[in-house]
Amino acid sequence: MTKLLRSLAAAFLLLLAASVAVAQEPFITVASTTSTEESGLFGYLLPAFTKETGIQVRVVAVGTGQALKIGERGDCDVVFVHDTPSELAFVEHGFGIDRREVMYNNFILVGPKSDPAHVEGGKDIVIAFRKIADTKAPFVARGDDSGTSKAEMRLWKEAGIDPKTAGGGWYRDTGSGMGPTLNTAAAMDGYTLSDRGTWLSFKNKQNLTIVVEGDRRLFNQYGVMLVNPVKHPHVKQDLGRKFSDWLISANGQKTIADYKINGAQLFFPNAKGSSS
Amino acid sequence: MHDLLDALAAAWQLILSGDSTLVAIVSLSLSISLTAVVLASVLGLPLGAALAVVRFPGQNVLVVVVNALMGLPPVVAGLFVYLLLSRSGPLGSLGLLFTPTAMVIAQVVLVTPIIAAIARQMLEDLWREYRELYILDGVGRVRTVGSLLWLGRFSLLTAALAGLGRAAAEVGAILIVGGNIAGVTRTMTTAIALETSRGDLTLALGLGIILLSLILAINATAQFVRNTARRVAEI
Repeated sequence: MTKLLRSLAAAFLLLLAASVAVAQEPFITVASTTSTEESGLFGYLLPAFTKETGIQVRVVAVGTGQALKIGERGDCDVVFVHDTPSELAFVEHGFGIDRREVMYNNFILVGPKSDPAHVEGGKDIVIAFRKIADTKAPFVARGDDSGTSKAEMRLWKEAGIDPKTAGGGWYRDTGSGMGPTLNTAAAMDGYTLSDRGTWLSFKNKQNLTIVVEGDRRLFNQYGVMLVNPVKHPHVKQDLGRKFSDWLISANGQKTIADYKINGAQLFFPNAKGSSS
Repeated sequence: MHDLLDALAAAWQLILSGDSTLVAIVSLSLSISLTAVVLASVLGLPLGAALAVVRFPGQNVLVVVVNALMGLPPVVAGLFVYLLLSRSGPLGSLGLLFTPTAMVIAQVVLVTPIIAAIARQMLEDLWREYRELYILDGVGRVRTVGSLLWLGRFSLLTAALAGLGRAAAEVGAILIVGGNIAGVTRTMTTAIALETSRGDLTLALGLGIILLSLILAINATAQFVRNTARRVAEI
């Protein structure tokens, strides 16, 4: 029993030492989306910010819906997501303050090279969605309340189709992140809506390729907000604001533009100061 | 087959490179899971022994509950601890969410029933064997529990190892309460989940092979220690 207690104490001290070593530096917790993390942007962007300010950034990468929920409960300091309507609602309900637009990229429709719905090369995403529904070609959906999922649902609405009640089994709701959804689409030769960043850095493309891009409805805006310190007094407002300020500063914007995979730029800075 | 060989090569390359990120992830995984198992043993072993020895009303119900909790889905344990530790939850002021401590707590919740249930089963068999002796000697219940635990210490290692297997392998609970933050709460299993998301299946499987080897090494060490200790005890 003493041996057990001793190893218990040792393990605990080790853990304590580890957490203290990390806790010494100032840090903020940012709830963000899988697209910013999985695309590798944060791996490139955050070290530059930390180098300049000495502030560590801890990223919890989840879907936009869940990221906003984490902010709502006060479990992070900053929310950095991509679904403008829900961001505005988040601010309106008093959960967040100082929303700023930071950057954008585009959604793309990816699908199998065999292209059973004959949508390749199209410029109109809504027509492409209709063709997919008409031909009942497999479509793999996020279904996780993420920014991409919400954008997809808006497009179906615009196409006048409710895919969840359409029947025929062609619409597969995976309830998972962008990467797992792309894995599923690759495995079943299905279509899916993806953000370009995750797509470019995704390594398991198999037969998938971009079939529709460039429609202005595929515009994907990213915004940053501070969690409201009035609702949650413990949030690190000052450190969070430094991060938000840096993202829209000349330096931050340039760093975002500099991030490339195989020469292709993933995110396009478009900050114009505070919008609310 | 090609993919599997690639994964093996990736695992081997990762180990050879001694990548500092990998070392940090591996040590975090081990320290979290080992701490959780030690804490869960401190809670679960006496609980299991008490359930084996002491008779009280509702005992059967408690045994069934503990047994059932062995099947507690990690994601449910994670969610429970998340709501407990969230800033909007009852323990929110501690600020423990998204820290390694939160991950240890979630794994303790997950592992304690496993250790308690296996310990109870083992000690009940032992108790049946020695019961008369204990009663004849008039040994008190607390001392009986302690003595049984000591008597069964070699077999009980299996209970702890079963707990460790669960702790080291699960991803659902620690992903929710830890947040998979690079350099802070990223462990082997959450890193594997992330690499799978990024479509880097080779690297993901490579990490999986490393994790499996580690668990294998721990089990081999435990087996060796048990055999040695048993031999020494028998002399």
